[in-house]
Amino acid sequence: MSHLWELPLRLAFWLLVAPLVPGLINRIKAWVAGRRGPPVLQLYFDLARLWRKQVVMSPLASPGFILGPAVAWVAVAAAALLLPLGPAGSIAGFPGDALVLVYLLALARFATAWAAMEPGSAFEGMGVVREVSFAVLAEGSIIAALLALSAQAGSLRLDAMLAPMVGTGSALLAAGLFTVLLAENCRVPFDDPNTHLELTMIHEVMVLDHSGPPLAAVLHGASVKLLLFSVLLVQAVLPVAGLPPWLAGAALLAGVLPVVVGIGLVESLLARLAFRRVPLLLTTAFLLCLFALLMAWKGGTT
Amino acid sequence: MNTSGLNLLIGLAMGLNLLALGSGRVSSLIRAVSFQGIALGAMPFLLSHEFSPWVTLVAIATIVGKGWVIPLLLGRAMRAAHIEREIDPLIGFVPSILLGAGGTIAAIALARSLPLRPEHAGTLLVPGAVASILTGFILLIGRNKALSQVCGYLILENGIYLFGLLLIHATPLLVEAGILLDVTVGVFVIGIIVDRIQRAFDTLDTRKLTVLRE
Repeated sequence: MSHLWELPLRLAFWLLVAPLVPGLINRIKAWVAGRRGPPVLQLYFDLARLWRKQVVMSPLASPGFILGPAVAWVAVAAAALLLPLGPAGSIAGFPGDALVLVYLLALARFATAWAAMEPGSAFEGMGVVREVSFAVLAEGSIIAALLALSAQAGSLRLDAMLAPMVGTGSALLAAGLFTVLLAENCRVPFDDPNTHLELTMIHEVMVLDHSGPPLAAVLHGASVKLLLFSVLLVQAVLPVAGLPPWLAGAALLAGVLPVVVGIGLVESLLARLAFRRVPLLLTTAFLLCLFALLMAWKGGTT
Repeated sequence: MNTSGLNLLIGLAMGLNLLALGSGRVSSLIRAVSFQGIALGAMPFLLSHEFSPWVTLVAIATIVGKGWVIPLLLGRAMRAAHIEREIDPLIGFVPSILLGAGGTIAAIALARSLPLRPEHAGTLLVPGAVASILTGFILLIGRNKALSQVCGYLILENGIYLFGLLLIHATPLLVEAGILLDVTVGVFVIGIIVDRIQRAFDTLDTRKLTVLRE
């Protein structure tokens, strides 16, 4: 348990740094494509602009239309607060907080899906179906990855679990978690964040009818989730927790940056998968995490 | 004996098994089989204690044969027959990859309870062999195109080769050399047969080759 003043500090860290990540990814994509690209701070400008706009609401929609993005945003922010940050540890570590993290992310998805179905648009229903059916497979991989970490550490506390494995298990886990990161955050091989054709969108089509501050909450929540997964991936692979604070901060930064660059490169170099190929890739990610679990369980004989 | 290096190679072979099960393109299936052959061919180096010219010769022959000659023959047959990908396999890609993974995990769990000799207990040789044989069976049963079935047969043979490595100090490698020759000739013949089937029936779908005619 840590000091009370740490809570707003950490919240500010997560909320303020997160919109930087999509900006960096877009910058890398622009660089690979040879364009100038939007400024790195573009999402901050977008959020400020959206915050000042008013909400357009369908007469069919209930207050859940506004409530959904709010609940999702709070759930993602709470999940981010649960994640320990290197040697600073977790702000409210308790046995089983890994499960709470998974459930908070699931709650965020449920709230987004609920709000998406409120206006009664067929497109958004379609997006919800896709998002939820891919999430079923992606969640299995996250749970397998967390189980692998927990079998390794013999604990269900996130701050104890994020002590990386060595060798092959760690490589398997990194590959699996990176694929899950791409799927959970609707990045390229699964979904294209830039597409504006309703028939091919997944996440974007769900937020088609949102406007003003709720849309800002959705966009900001998505960026926090992206940062959360990157930090989780880095801490699952690099032994950040054992380092002195300044070195750990540098290691965290040096770990998150390659992840961000990797996402940007994947988006630039790969095309989106056909929908029927997506389950195969997600199954592969699940198996990668499962084999990492197997190695943790075998006690590292390899 | 370099156990960790050996286990890394066998783990790689297991991963390639799953890649072979999940790949729809015949060319990537052939590539997976080729890489697996190279990984397996390098293993006698890690297993033998001292340098022996005979072991080196057979290992190099295995790497060249399984990693280069056989994939080349299969690739030529594939291009001659205009087969690009497996369409609508009997066991879908996701079920077959799950079956293969389940088989691999079961093989690892099973090998822990087998009464192995102490020098083999720490290695993945037995689980790798069982997993490869299972993968070969799944490919043989679940795929329709003759070329994919040949790849399944090759993975099955790789599994038997892994079992054979357990006895590397007892049996002469002559046996393995003979098997390698057989496999190469077999694939060579199959390459010709695939071409003939393609010309006679206009398809490589083995489901259509069930009726005997004059």
